[in-house]
Amino acid sequence: MNLVVKPRPLLIALGVLLLCAFSLSLALGPVSLSLADTAKALLNLLGFPVAGAEQAQLIIEQIRMPRSLLGAAVGCVLALCGVAMQGLFRNPLADPGLVGVSSGAALGAAVAIVGGAMLGGIPAAISPYLLSVCAFAGGLLVTAMVYRLGRRDGVTHVGTMLLAGIALTALAGAAIGLFTYLADDATLRTLTFWNLGSLNGASYPRLWPLLVVTLGVGLWLPRRASALNALLLGESEARHLGIEVERVKRELVLCTALGVGAAVAAAGMIGFIGLVVPHLVRLLAGPDHRLLLPASALAGASLLLFADLLARLVLAPAELPIGIVTALIGAPFFLYLLLRGRA
Amino acid sequence: MLRAENLAVRRGPCTVLSGITLQLQPGQVLGVLGPNGAGKSTLLGALSGELEAAQGEVYLDQQRLAQWSGSERARRLAVLPQSSTLSFGFLVEEVVAMGRLPHASGAARDMEIIGQALAAADAAHLAGRSYLALSGGERQRVHLARVLAQLWPGVEGQTLLLDEPTSMLDPLHQHTTLQATRTFAEGGAAVMVILHDLNLAARYCDQLLLLDRGQACLLGSPAEVLQAGPLRDVFGLEVLIQQHPERGHPLVIAR
Repeated sequence: MNLVVKPRPLLIALGVLLLCAFSLSLALGPVSLSLADTAKALLNLLGFPVAGAEQAQLIIEQIRMPRSLLGAAVGCVLALCGVAMQGLFRNPLADPGLVGVSSGAALGAAVAIVGGAMLGGIPAAISPYLLSVCAFAGGLLVTAMVYRLGRRDGVTHVGTMLLAGIALTALAGAAIGLFTYLADDATLRTLTFWNLGSLNGASYPRLWPLLVVTLGVGLWLPRRASALNALLLGESEARHLGIEVERVKRELVLCTALGVGAAVAAAGMIGFIGLVVPHLVRLLAGPDHRLLLPASALAGASLLLFADLLARLVLAPAELPIGIVTALIGAPFFLYLLLRGRA
Repeated sequence: MLRAENLAVRRGPCTVLSGITLQLQPGQVLGVLGPNGAGKSTLLGALSGELEAAQGEVYLDQQRLAQWSGSERARRLAVLPQSSTLSFGFLVEEVVAMGRLPHASGAARDMEIIGQALAAADAAHLAGRSYLALSGGERQRVHLARVLAQLWPGVEGQTLLLDEPTSMLDPLHQHTTLQATRTFAEGGAAVMVILHDLNLAARYCDQLLLLDRGQACLLGSPAEVLQAGPLRDVFGLEVLIQQHPERGHPLVIAR
């Protein structure tokens, strides 16, 4: 089952893949730019003046750069949080949504979208920010409740947390259903599309918080790589190996709440990345978190950028919600690897 | 060195262990015997800090066990649980390498120790294979190698606690595993091992502790503990005690 690839070639290959994905994501779209124009525009943006690509520069600076950065950050942080949750629950099928962060964020968004409409409309200038803030807060709140419910006598019971996550997810689902029932047609459409995820409408002000969180999570989790490895043996085994298990669990939940919360707040619900990317990388590289974390970060960013390219190009100039694309390309690939691994 | 004073453990309203005073001796193997539910694993849990003592105290090197920092303690005390739930495809040597986490001895020295620990657990030939592809007994030996690596080479002041390390092993490996444990103890480490097989206990342990309903019934050499009377009282088993024709230790035969 282990198709072990050497760490360095794997990381280099994934890095090159991400560069390709990022360049294509800048160059392709309703207006296709040549790679030369893309490069010129990039040089201009980086402060090396090159003449002759003013239009490209405008498109890239205003539209595609924030969108590509958003895609890369969302993919990266979702994959990292997936690794964290699979380690925490010691189950390769765990998903960041298990601790309730996704459903909490969805509830926050429903409150913002439907509640805003019912109050007679939020000014267009602040409504996207309100949506993001509500989604982020909803994700944090529900995760905090799940974590709190899982704690007894100063110990976090992962199994209880899992069940609490399921219960609160169902509860959030009911609340979202209520809001859906109350919504009018236009609001319903907004809500539905938000639930399918999109990188559309990316802008720098909405991007910065996510970039900061992604950087934080991306720097913090690798420091816990060995602890995550030990945790896979079992909690008491990890404790006997000198790991401060309670602290590590707390950090993993916090990283996931912040990371997934920020990703969902910025781009809506994009499923599947957090579940499947770590799994795919594990099939290639084995389960050692010292490699799994950086490799998943790179692979998650690349996969999301490619998915967004498809979402933009397949029905251009219309756009598919990216959540549909990630599921459509990822799930069959995942099944293929699963079947091949078993053979 | 690990020492328990008047230890008691409660689970809910029931006292499952009480009045245990015990000191593990450097260089010696202490076997813990008792019927199911006698409190053997509870004792191991309390000695390893996993279970909270309702009464009494556990000391590691004169300092209360709870006061040790995680990795300091892990360099002195290793624990092999009855079974493990690892469900990820680590390579065998990666699993053993986790035993080196509390140490900062460098990759080269770690590799050397991992090889020696695997060899000691008779699992060297498993290196390079995925843990998930192993049988239950092979996995058990890999985990033994992991806890051996955690204390390797095993000197005075270190303690190894093993919970039924032979439960899934074939007869040959039951002996090789306990022999490896003995050899490890000869370096100076103190070892406590929970066993069910009375004859294995007689052969490989220096001291035996017979537990009955959460209390220490007898503590002494195999010849002192393995007698027809106590075994009948504790296990409800009628036995004959003979001497091993070649080795001289007691041999327990069910009547």
